[in-house]
Amino acid sequence: MLAVLTANVRFSETVALDDVSISVADGEVVAVLGPSGSGKTTLLRAVAGLQPLHTGSVTWNGEDLTTVPTHQRNFGLMFQDFALFPHLDVAGNVAFGLRMQGVPAEQRRRRTAEALERVELRGFEKRRMGTLSGGEAQRVALARALAPGPRMLLLDEPLGSLDRALRERLSIELRSLLTRLGITALYVTHDQTEAFTLADRVAVLDKGSILQIGTAEGVWTRPANETVARFLGQQNLVPGTIEGGWATTPLGVIPAPRDAAEGPARLVIRPEALSVDPRGPIEGVLRSRLFRGTDYLVEIETGDIVIEALLRGAPKPGTTIRLAVEPGGVTVLRESTTPPHQEQP
Amino acid sequence: MDDNSGAVRRFSWAIAALAAIPLAFLAMFFIWPVASIIFTSLSPGGRFDFTSLREVLTNADLLGVAWFTLWQAAASTVLTLIVALPGAYVFARYDFPGKRFLRAAATVPFVLPTVVVGTAFLALVGSNGLLGVDLDGTIWAILAAHVFFNYAVVLRTVGGLWSHLDPALEEAARSLGASRWRAFTGVTLPLLRPAIAAAASIVFLFTFTSFGVVLILGGPGLATLEVEIYRQAKQLLDLPTAAVLAIIQMIGVTAILTAYSRYQERSAVEQGLRPAAEVATRPRTRGQRALVAGVLASMALLLGGPIAVLVERSLHGEAGYGFGFYRDLGEGTRTGAQIADPIKAISNSASFAVVATGIALLVGLCAAAVIARRRGRLSRWFDALLMLPLGTSAVTIGFGFLVALDAPIDLRASWILIPLAHALVAVPFVVRSVVPVMRSVRQRLREAAAVLGAPPHRVWREIDLPIVARATAVGAGFAFAVSLGEFGATSLVARPQTSQTLPLAIYRFLGQPGAFNFGRAMAMSVILMIVTAISIFLIERFRTPGLGTF
Repeated sequence: MLAVLTANVRFSETVALDDVSISVADGEVVAVLGPSGSGKTTLLRAVAGLQPLHTGSVTWNGEDLTTVPTHQRNFGLMFQDFALFPHLDVAGNVAFGLRMQGVPAEQRRRRTAEALERVELRGFEKRRMGTLSGGEAQRVALARALAPGPRMLLLDEPLGSLDRALRERLSIELRSLLTRLGITALYVTHDQTEAFTLADRVAVLDKGSILQIGTAEGVWTRPANETVARFLGQQNLVPGTIEGGWATTPLGVIPAPRDAAEGPARLVIRPEALSVDPRGPIEGVLRSRLFRGTDYLVEIETGDIVIEALLRGAPKPGTTIRLAVEPGGVTVLRESTTPPHQEQP
Repeated sequence: MDDNSGAVRRFSWAIAALAAIPLAFLAMFFIWPVASIIFTSLSPGGRFDFTSLREVLTNADLLGVAWFTLWQAAASTVLTLIVALPGAYVFARYDFPGKRFLRAAATVPFVLPTVVVGTAFLALVGSNGLLGVDLDGTIWAILAAHVFFNYAVVLRTVGGLWSHLDPALEEAARSLGASRWRAFTGVTLPLLRPAIAAAASIVFLFTFTSFGVVLILGGPGLATLEVEIYRQAKQLLDLPTAAVLAIIQMIGVTAILTAYSRYQERSAVEQGLRPAAEVATRPRTRGQRALVAGVLASMALLLGGPIAVLVERSLHGEAGYGFGFYRDLGEGTRTGAQIADPIKAISNSASFAVVATGIALLVGLCAAAVIARRRGRLSRWFDALLMLPLGTSAVTIGFGFLVALDAPIDLRASWILIPLAHALVAVPFVVRSVVPVMRSVRQRLREAAAVLGAPPHRVWREIDLPIVARATAVGAGFAFAVSLGEFGATSLVARPQTSQTLPLAIYRFLGQPGAFNFGRAMAMSVILMIVTAISIFLIERFRTPGLGTF
């Protein structure tokens, strides 16, 4: 099990990591989700030993790795730009870690072939780096990281440089590969879909601090604060007062979460929890609609508030409609200043 | 923070130690000799004497030489650009069979010894030349030789950038309503400007300091500053005048280099670059085929012609075609043998080139490591300082060696002077070949190796060394070729009996009357050309595609 405890990293004036604590259990995949500049790559580099910690520690099964140099940590790291060695062929890249361990040539060849087979690149041994497509390079980088049998895998936006269709396909493949091999992994990304697809747990990082850690579902349905909600793309934030299971908001009276405390609160309404209903509590004018294949993303204006909704069908812009809210689709936010919301897996 | 600043301080010490070797080399074998020759020439009695300065600046003949140097360099540069830009375009945008070979072949003239180039044009347009027109001693022969010599500079520098320029940029301009010509002048040309400026300044620098070509083709009437320095110092023994001319030349060179580096600083534009293979296509329309064919034909004529004539003349003996002149090189029996010993000259040239390459690699790799690690003003100045010997009068360097290198050890009579002078000129080639590749070894790759379990010394051995080794081989090839062809400095420091080199022997034979001596000079030029060409083709094999300035 990997444990990072109150890690701090500072670059002259700026704080890159601010008291970050995070753990990854054996066989677990944890995604660190955050905008660019949030410190997520620094966290990964600190775990790999490429970035010294100012204070704090990195341990593996209780063994302190904080001062152990990178090459003795036995972590696999997959870089965002893959960092494949241009002077070696595919086999040379994949076998590099085995060679560093002093694995004999015959065994090395076999394990290289196995690693390539695992990422479905059988027979690619002699290919040069310049001849690989983006998806192939990504697989070679994965095979190279996995071949020496690392304790855990660190992945830095490994799908970031690929196009959307390839990214979606490969994130599903990666998920099944990590699960099948039971690999412990820390996965850094700015893409929530990717994080939700791949990870058992998701940590949201912003300005060097972890705002929330939880299951993908938990983070999505119960964002801890406004920053997390906004980062996840949830735009429907409204003030309200909770009383007897109902929340009175400028939009109307909507069902409140069951365990919500009474009194004033900030609420977030998830767009997929809204539906067209002539008897619904929210009335508004449809401002725009965007057909997305399976549904419509619409903007509805009520008073001076604009909310987003995902609807099965949508009338023309300018039409007045009424919307109902699914009881589970409303979350009460804590104040952004409260400490991170911890949740056990 | 504390650990970090310690690491930074260690880092600086390592850089300083690396920088010390090239700095000491430059101080001892460039700055000190050149400064000595200038001081001793200008202050004969221990006091500064400005009469020679006044004499030079009021001497119409010498001012004429300075003016000629300037305008022939400008004319050569413009002419080279006009002739070579279509070639750069065709090589950048079209694929055709034999392209790699032709690119390498086009580079051969650039590294050919100046003496060989001069000889080749003498064989073509000289008094008993093949074309039957006597242009010997005219500006036309010199301009033609300069274009021949520098074609590859434009082809490689401009063509290199052009081949990576995304054609979509020009297509975008066309789709926005620009005509073909406006798209070229409005988009492509501005993007190519840094490469064109770089090529133009290199060509200007080389033609501004042109020596061997002008010495052979200029006759008694035409001389560049470099030739005049040689004439004043070696033939008229007027050292003060030579020194003043050397200073004038150095000021000119420094001005060119400064203007160039200023320009490079200002024009660092992020560009949309694509791998060359995606950009080049086979010529499809009739017009495109005609263009490619035309450019290749003119290249064959311009670059292949003089070389072919050289070979033809070397084989054309008194009794028809044969290897007579070559066989005679080995026999010292016939008249003229005492002028130069060809076999000795060949073995001298080879061993000097090996030693010079070794020195240039040692100095150049240290310098490259410093320049590659550090970006910024200091690194650029260091780079410019290393370039300076390339633009300094080789004759002045040679003279400086003879004047200054008597302490602490008297090196003046030693053969080591020759490879040292060659290394001085070769170092910039090593630096230019290695720095871009060293910079391309990204920190990421070292980190990736460390994560995979490589301790620091293995990271260096497995990542840095193999990647830089190829570029080092390229630099070594250039250094070897430069040393083989160096003429200006060698002509002063070499001893005729013991340390004569091939270019010197060729020049000696050319200076003697008779078809026999002419034929021998041709034969030796062909040998020198073949050895140089081989080292260039080896360079092509080792070159990392897309990297390197030359």
